[in-house]
Amino acid sequence: MNDPALAGLPPEIVLDEVIPARAPWDHLVRTGETLRIIDLEGNQAVDFLMYAAHDDAERYSAQDTIASQRNIFLRTGSVLLSNEGNPMAEIVGTTVAYHDTIGGACSCESNTLRYGHHTKSQHACVENFLTSHARHGRGKRDMVSNINWFMNVPVEADGTLGIVDGISAPGLYLDLRARMNLVAVISNCPQINNPCNGFNPTPVRVVIACSGRY
Amino acid sequence: MSVSGTADPKGARTHARAMAGTTVEAMPTVPADRTIDLPEGVTAGAMLWEETVAPGGYAAKELARGARLRLVDQRGDACLSMLVFNAERPVERLNIADTVKVQWNAYLGPGALLLSDMGRVLMSLLADNAGTHDTFCGPSSERSNARVYGDGGNWGAHPNARDRLLLGAAKFGLGRKDVHPCINWFKGVRVAPDGTTMLHAGPFEPGRALTLRAEMNVIVVLANCPHVLDPRSDYCVTSVRVTAWRGPLTPEDDPVRTATPEALRAFLNVEEYFRR
Repeated sequence: MNDPALAGLPPEIVLDEVIPARAPWDHLVRTGETLRIIDLEGNQAVDFLMYAAHDDAERYSAQDTIASQRNIFLRTGSVLLSNEGNPMAEIVGTTVAYHDTIGGACSCESNTLRYGHHTKSQHACVENFLTSHARHGRGKRDMVSNINWFMNVPVEADGTLGIVDGISAPGLYLDLRARMNLVAVISNCPQINNPCNGFNPTPVRVVIACSGRY
Repeated sequence: MSVSGTADPKGARTHARAMAGTTVEAMPTVPADRTIDLPEGVTAGAMLWEETVAPGGYAAKELARGARLRLVDQRGDACLSMLVFNAERPVERLNIADTVKVQWNAYLGPGALLLSDMGRVLMSLLADNAGTHDTFCGPSSERSNARVYGDGGNWGAHPNARDRLLLGAAKFGLGRKDVHPCINWFKGVRVAPDGTTMLHAGPFEPGRALTLRAEMNVIVVLANCPHVLDPRSDYCVTSVRVTAWRGPLTPEDDPVRTATPEALRAFLNVEEYFRR
């Protein structure tokens, strides 16, 4: 436990993995466990969805979360709600000022609108999410507005918004404590046409920790 | 001896049939060409749908490409949550995140597109004199209504928007997984620089209206329940008049289609989808 990247986590490490650049990932996070996501090289958007383990029709809801906390940004103390209004997880700590939950996931199809049809063949977050979903009996109906950890989407007074240069840096992280058994699904964002990954997708590290054996 | 005369089937039939012709405020006009509120410049024969949605009520309808859909906040206190699906393949649906991200703006107004998760425009907003709408906060839920009004189930006095949307979607074979993030028309949410959401709950002047154009064959699901952040302790919401009529397909030189490079590509993707 001399790894400074694990400082502050509960003592039992359940999982410690590096998600390669551009890759999907999913894992069960049990009630009370902490999921830490570490931005290894800085400004790497981590697209994130989660589903109640007992019933995946209950899932993260960006809109319920925003309405409940009356704020679009996710910060330390934000409680992430499901579409049923139930707390799924809480951000118990983060070294980044805020994270996004309105910008959604990049897709081949939305890339054609944002950048042109030459980007249709590029890998995208929706491809990653669908790859994970297909392994678990989920599919496109399970795609909803997601969280973008480490991504910066300000909204100006006239409603103008956009994905702009990030406010993360190498080694910054967030800790999410599960309030129910949930399946966390990540797309380590492969986008290269906007600054969400500093135009260079990089690996991130995920750690699941708990305070004792069950 | 039954006072209502319904002790036997024939009596029950007479009793039931005697109700015919009753009118209430919240009901559909059938057939729609017997309209009670014909939009200016529209012929009765072009009418597709006329319905008044009660406070706490819902409605759902399939509309063909080119149809116009007018929503009127009759008394100034409506909050109309909306889902939109591609009627031919409902797994394609409104994507709120793409809608605001692709258009570089989160506040819906005239010319705004409602984008699907497949890079296509499902509907476009042709006219809007309300200007206060919400892409951030989503529908109320049974839980959020119970917190404010004591209960929130569809069977009670304080139905919630999410479960109303669920019922509308269910009529088309859709389910819980299909109740995607929604738009709330008529109640406005703006965002402060620190991210705080600011609700403009009204009530507003009566008769505010918006008109949408279906750019694909769509299923529209509507729920009319108080905004999830409405600060009033009473269940405050008023009726919505819903009107749809046939209209022409969007021409190549349409100002909404050509307004931005992103819009043009969204329309091109629709036209490519209908290349058959």
